[in-house]
Amino acid sequence: MSLWLTLAVNGIALGGLLFLLSSGFSLIFGLMRIPNLMHGSFFMLGAYFGVTLLARGHNFWVAALASAAAMAVIGGLIERFLLRRLAGDQLPQVLLTLGGAFIVGDVCLMLWTGDPWQPATPDHLRGVVQVAGLYFPIFRLVIVAVAVVVAIGLWLLVDWTRLGAKIRAGVDDAPIARVVGIKVSQLFTLVFALGAALAAFGGVMGAPYLSVYPGLDFEMLPLALIVVILGGTGSLLGALVGSFLIGFLYNFGQALFPDLAYVILFLPMLLILVLRPQGLFGKVVS
Amino acid sequence: MNRITPQRAAIAIALALLATLPVWVGNSYYINIASQILIWAVLALALNVLVGYAGLTSLGHAGLFAMSGYTAAMLLAAGHGHFTADLTALVVTLFTTAVFAVLALRATGIGFLMITLAMGQILWGIAYRWADLTNGDNGINVSTRPAPFGLSLSNAPSFYYATLVVFLVAVATMAVFVRSPFGASLTGTRDQARRMTALGYNVWLIRFLAILFSGFWSGVAGLLFIYYNQFISPQVVALTTSAEALLMVISGGSGTLLGPIVGAAIVVVMKNVVSAYIERWNLVLGLIFILIISFMPEGLVPGSVRLWRAGWQAIRGRADAPAAEKPEAPR
Amino acid sequence: MSALQIEGLSKSFGGLRVTADVDLAVEPGERRLIIGPNGAGKTTLFNLITGELAPDSGKIALFGRDITHTPCRRRAHLGMARTYQIITLFPRDTILRNITLALLGLSPLRWNAFADLGAQRDLVDRARAALLRVGLDHIAERPLAQTSYGERRRVEIAMALAQSPKVLLLDEPFAGLSVDERRDVQKLLRAIPREVTVVMIEHNMDVALDLADRITLLHFGEVIVEGTRAEVVADPRTREVYLGA
Repeated sequence: MSLWLTLAVNGIALGGLLFLLSSGFSLIFGLMRIPNLMHGSFFMLGAYFGVTLLARGHNFWVAALASAAAMAVIGGLIERFLLRRLAGDQLPQVLLTLGGAFIVGDVCLMLWTGDPWQPATPDHLRGVVQVAGLYFPIFRLVIVAVAVVVAIGLWLLVDWTRLGAKIRAGVDDAPIARVVGIKVSQLFTLVFALGAALAAFGGVMGAPYLSVYPGLDFEMLPLALIVVILGGTGSLLGALVGSFLIGFLYNFGQALFPDLAYVILFLPMLLILVLRPQGLFGKVVS
Repeated sequence: MNRITPQRAAIAIALALLATLPVWVGNSYYINIASQILIWAVLALALNVLVGYAGLTSLGHAGLFAMSGYTAAMLLAAGHGHFTADLTALVVTLFTTAVFAVLALRATGIGFLMITLAMGQILWGIAYRWADLTNGDNGINVSTRPAPFGLSLSNAPSFYYATLVVFLVAVATMAVFVRSPFGASLTGTRDQARRMTALGYNVWLIRFLAILFSGFWSGVAGLLFIYYNQFISPQVVALTTSAEALLMVISGGSGTLLGPIVGAAIVVVMKNVVSAYIERWNLVLGLIFILIISFMPEGLVPGSVRLWRAGWQAIRGRADAPAAEKPEAPR
Repeated sequence: MSALQIEGLSKSFGGLRVTADVDLAVEPGERRLIIGPNGAGKTTLFNLITGELAPDSGKIALFGRDITHTPCRRRAHLGMARTYQIITLFPRDTILRNITLALLGLSPLRWNAFADLGAQRDLVDRARAALLRVGLDHIAERPLAQTSYGERRRVEIAMALAQSPKVLLLDEPFAGLSVDERRDVQKLLRAIPREVTVVMIEHNMDVALDLADRITLLHFGEVIVEGTRAEVVADPRTREVYLGA
């Protein structure tokens, strides 16, 4: 019983982290129509940055937020000065993000060397809590809680604010949005920066759990891809559902068939592509 | 009759140089680099069938390349002969390619890219994690090279010649393919897929077959690779390999057959040179990607041709007296 | 038996009804003109007929054969050809290659990955003949990128005619042409043999009315009026549609 419980808790914890990772990816894809291949890089770089701050004695939340802010700036600069030059041409933009991913990967290797880094769970979040006779590790629950808070925050942003309305307009039809006076280029920069920030935040949150190591970027990227393919592009609800689904599958798969964990992930993606290519909640991308 | 055109002369010279390479390049280190270039050129050509001629960009080709290499390596390690191992590897690769194709063709453009990327990463994950099957990070050793017709390929020049033969067959096949009616159908689907359907073409099937063709030659390149290195590891299946192959295509130019070959030469040479001095090949790879895409998206071969023509015209323009324009033919 | 028979054809996008219960019967050899204000659903109707779009309900028959569920590419093989309102040619090829591709679409040769396409004498000759018919054979080798808009319109038409269709669908063949160019295209269309049934969408009334045997007026996806030119012109509903009276 307790094995299943542990797996389930780990599953939703991973799901929470995946949501932090893929929500930004989904937003960027929905608005800019490009899969940001640097997204895993933002996750990893953010994690390294945050963990460095933690090692200097800073508070966990401060480190996470500072890291998110730093990545937002980096992401914004990349969008403004590199991606915008190729506006309208999706394929070159995607390849540019790929180039960026390689650069970030090596820079991290240079700055932080190849040793994996696993910061200790922050003091105030350590330990277990007992609910209905079962024990849950606090930190894992906190990850889930944070993910849910972020999900609600994003939902409020997208569905209830003017900015969100502009983003939705841009997602539906960018050229028409421009005609109506929405500064779509600025939105692109903003959303890209926001996506980077979310990924970085997720990276720091996940560091005590997943640790940080070279190669984390390219391990997380396909997970974000699969979540978005599964959940549907541009849909936050899809990213939420997809994240938890993949989180569960990955954990159970790793426990039951450790060698085949990746194949387990492959199967739902296969099913979705065959039965419903636009994903569970996505619109058909033209 | 047979005219001596500049292109034919260039091809003849190139063939002569390639055929005699081990003679004028004495050092086996450089002969090996030439072999590497040819091997990667085959992969780049295979990828370009999709990128340049089908208009479908794939970031999962390392998966097909490695599928072939791993299958052969595993069979060889289990004691099977080269012929069996190689043939099985190609069949397995074709099957994998078919699965790739059916899934990836649920989308085009960016969707296609994402699906091939995800699948390539899954194959990497399998190579890395399923240690029972693939020996994980330790890789698999390939103890012997094949000996076609009893000739040993254990030294650099002989392996080079064997690779050269395979390379030339690949190029010849590609050239025939590109000029064929099917090749024209393929480029048609690249340019106006909707119109092609209305004209009576089966666009999905055309793309599917093109992907199989591309997968086959990727598999061949994979076999050459394991015989060259006599080793294979999950590193080969990583995203960097697919990216390098794509870089070869776009740096050389995706519209021609020469482009990927030139691109392969550029990337292989750069990788060897850079790796000798700094350990940061990925960094350089990324920078080159960004530079080429930002400033020379059509590739080095077309860009150079364009500059050559412009320069030639500039020279002619200055030499000739200003001539009257030819009157246009009446409508 | 009609060349093209449509019954109860309907198509909606979300809440928007673009084609509303359309009935249409075009006789063999007829020249049918489809008119209507912008947004009337004319091009959508064409897309439904060619199969590029699937209808929500209704039936389409080609010379008595039910093609409602026949895939688009097969309809070309059954004798249907169309031109597009927005020119959709192959930009990287010569004019000759463009026409050759049209011919290749119906030929089993299109699956051949070994032969040299340029050496297929039969195909190339037929392509040249198709270009001759539209008066463009003198620039057959010219890359499409170096042709004028009027020339490209003629290539569009040549591509469709090259396939020797039984039913030819022309979507605004006169769009964007100068007066001279329009006269050329008019001559071209008049020269199409009566074996070919022609259905044409057009806004440009002076050239189009001349070519039409019967006219169908569409508005908001519905057939409002249908008949000979005289009948349609006299019908008060025509004036309503165009002047919103």
